[in-house]
Amino acid sequence: MLPALRKQLYNILPFPFAEREKVSVMKKIILPLTKNIIKTLKQGEMVLLSGTVLTARDAAHKRLADTLKSGKKIPVLLKGETIYYTGPTPARIGRVIGSCGPTTSSRMDPFTLLLLKYGLIGMVGKGERSEEVNLAIKKHGAVYFVTIGGAGAYLSEKVKSAEVIAYKDLGPEAIYRLTVENFPAIVGVL
Amino acid sequence: MTRIVDSKLIQDAVKDLFIKANTSLRPDILSGLKLARKKETSEKARYCLSVIIKNASIAKKKMLAICQDTGMAVVYLKVGQSLVVKGNLKNSVAKGVALAYKEGYFRSSVVNDPLIRKNTNTNLPPIIYTDIVSGNKINIKVVAKGFGCENVSKIRMFKPTDPVSSIEEFIVDTVKEAGSRPCPPVYIGIGMGGTLDKAVSLSKEAIFRPLGRSNEYKHIAQLEKSVLKKVNNLKIGPAGVRGNTTALGVSVLTYPTHIAGLPVAVNISCHATRSAEATI
Repeated sequence: MLPALRKQLYNILPFPFAEREKVSVMKKIILPLTKNIIKTLKQGEMVLLSGTVLTARDAAHKRLADTLKSGKKIPVLLKGETIYYTGPTPARIGRVIGSCGPTTSSRMDPFTLLLLKYGLIGMVGKGERSEEVNLAIKKHGAVYFVTIGGAGAYLSEKVKSAEVIAYKDLGPEAIYRLTVENFPAIVGVL
Repeated sequence: MTRIVDSKLIQDAVKDLFIKANTSLRPDILSGLKLARKKETSEKARYCLSVIIKNASIAKKKMLAICQDTGMAVVYLKVGQSLVVKGNLKNSVAKGVALAYKEGYFRSSVVNDPLIRKNTNTNLPPIIYTDIVSGNKINIKVVAKGFGCENVSKIRMFKPTDPVSSIEEFIVDTVKEAGSRPCPPVYIGIGMGGTLDKAVSLSKEAIFRPLGRSNEYKHIAQLEKSVLKKVNNLKIGPAGVRGNTTALGVSVLTYPTHIAGLPVAVNISCHATRSAEATI
């Protein structure tokens, strides 16, 4: 479709048709990420992520970092991994997961440098990061995506499977392995 | 005339209000978001607003939490002095909260101690503010306050002689510094006057006012309008993708204050402002 016509349609079509129109032009990214995939991305670009991610937020980050610093083994392999900063609500019966939108990424900043060193390559969350983290992301050839905060119900529909794989005792802060399909995100830092 | 109310009624009301607040976006907020989408010129901003609007409809239809941060439970009780509550009022509020979070499949987001940080797994305890009013009814207002926006909220003690422009600047700077962390477009609650704690409490209560209405005092309404304009000029936009809508509205509540002070609290509320109200 011609871009001009597409734009016009986008303006007049009622949602959700308008959204579908937009989604059709978003770049599809298959996870796991690689440095080569990341090289093709541009800041501000809208993408759809498909594949698997790990979830981790404050308590899991602290435990991961403490374990690594003490020289012990952590229960997940970070190399080439993407972490989604979320703590979902419990799943209703018949659903894969509850609401699972992004949480504020900057709270994970104190731990991010260490995780990048251990091979973390992608992060998904919301909000700005510290200058130090931005530089480290660039240095490691990693990427930080932002997704839409407060859209937890919508984003839960993009999750096709969910399984707790570590730190079960942390409840909503446990580490999950999620399989996502066409999960919308915007390239924040790379 | 004295009236007796069973605390079970209050428990049920609190439960229903929290389920409603967490799954059904306030109609005024939803209209505000739809209006904002019309005003956006960037495709990205419109897309984000469309997702946010669709999110509300999915949440309502499937009884899902609008946001996974189903918040800390804050309850405002206005208790009529001629009302007698049979049973334990405080316990009934807590039980209503616990039931709502269990039956609604909401996240338990409360830890037992700020330093030990063990999840209570019930989302208890709630925060309860009570006020004694005339009459024999009880008014219950609830807020499920997420912490993405709570963490970027602020208070400053101004000097009584500070110009209004410096207050405006403080509010705008607070929103600017928050960036996209509090899930814009936000609803900005401002508490002015009273004491340190009163100003903060007012700033949270301010977001109960339906979007689109302004303060009854002309000078305050003017301040709201001016701040909203300045905040939207920041162009943070929906989800931080830049755009015309950084805030949906500004709501100020005031209270008399001390000759030596002028407390101003800014409580930012995300686009998923979750509150509900009932009177028994």
